[in-house]
Amino acid sequence: MNENDLIDEAGIASESPLQIMADHLREIGQGIVLSSGIIHGEIELQVNAGTVAQLLMLVRDDRQAAFTQLIDLTAVDYPERKDRFDVVYQMLSMSNNMRLRVVATVGEGQTVPSVTGVFMAANWAEREVWDMFGIFFSGHPDLRRLLTDYGFEGHPLRKDFPLTGHVEVRYDDTQRRVINEPVHLVQEFRDFDFLSPWEGMHNELGGNAAKADPDKTAK
Amino acid sequence: MGVMDPPLSPPLPPGADQDAILRAVGDEITNRGFVIAKADKLFNWARSGSLWPMTFGLACCSIEMMHSAASRYDMDRYGMLFRPSPRQSDVMIVAGTLTNKMAPALRRVYDQMPEPRWVLSMGSCANGGGYYHYSYAVVRGCDRIVPVDVYVPGCPPTAEALIYGLLQLQKKIRRTATIARS
Repeated sequence: MNENDLIDEAGIASESPLQIMADHLREIGQGIVLSSGIIHGEIELQVNAGTVAQLLMLVRDDRQAAFTQLIDLTAVDYPERKDRFDVVYQMLSMSNNMRLRVVATVGEGQTVPSVTGVFMAANWAEREVWDMFGIFFSGHPDLRRLLTDYGFEGHPLRKDFPLTGHVEVRYDDTQRRVINEPVHLVQEFRDFDFLSPWEGMHNELGGNAAKADPDKTAK
Repeated sequence: MGVMDPPLSPPLPPGADQDAILRAVGDEITNRGFVIAKADKLFNWARSGSLWPMTFGLACCSIEMMHSAASRYDMDRYGMLFRPSPRQSDVMIVAGTLTNKMAPALRRVYDQMPEPRWVLSMGSCANGGGYYHYSYAVVRGCDRIVPVDVYVPGCPPTAEALIYGLLQLQKKIRRTATIARS
């Protein structure tokens, strides 16, 4: 593909390849893409959860876009929002050396159509998202938990899941097997702010800094 | 501690001569205790001199475990050979983070090891959960699952530390009364 052609078609010589691609994607995804933008040097498209598979198919099969690789599929939890989850699809176009982020906002209990029909790589990624966030993918061939223990309850990467979880394991000599028990901690988890070594040391600077402090000079 | 020399002459055939020797040894055992003590030490010598560890590398600690077996530190010097089968091993080195999902598998491997068997817990995670103590997915110490003989601290412990731990285990075995006295 000739770069000059692109610029001629776009009409503006100063327009960046990224912006041209963003415009192109908005054009081919008309009626699907809710909004688009360039964030941190990558194109981001907002779509409805129901149309994600359709959009991924479009950007994969379009000759100019050619986002042929699904790099990652994950989710983000924003507990303060009404639709609390963002399902995020990271795409790569090898021929354009460009990345694309497709974001679909999903509420709790809402299902997302699986994209395993478009990208086989989504299989385990969707299992992991189901495991960690409890987002259900309809049409997935085998939606089991991927990482957590057999019989695990809850979805650990949700913000309302406690750090230590609900159960811990122990070998029981009488039952002769490993059993689950409610968590019992000898000491609660303590969080220290290691990034701020000066925490709790306000106005403790000696020398000129102390002299310049109006509170101290007033005494 | 020592080994008996191999017999130079062919063994005595069953008969009056052999019975006389066996009776003499029996009398020795009943009259004085030290023959039993020697057998005790012989067993302990044999056990501590050929500790075959079960390979159970779970995380980054297993890299140090491999170093201790490689040419620089060379665990073979102590007769320690890594076995990939629990049926042929004496000691299990739990090297790394033990997760809840792995715990039943660890216990099963331990149960498959023949007696006498020992467990060496290597690194902070295996000792008490370590960095992942408050995690929802990690066992807070592998002693919740299997009985542990030696704890090696460190994150990860160096290969020297692991070998030191194994030498401590050898000492512990040598101190054990192998033959139970009633």
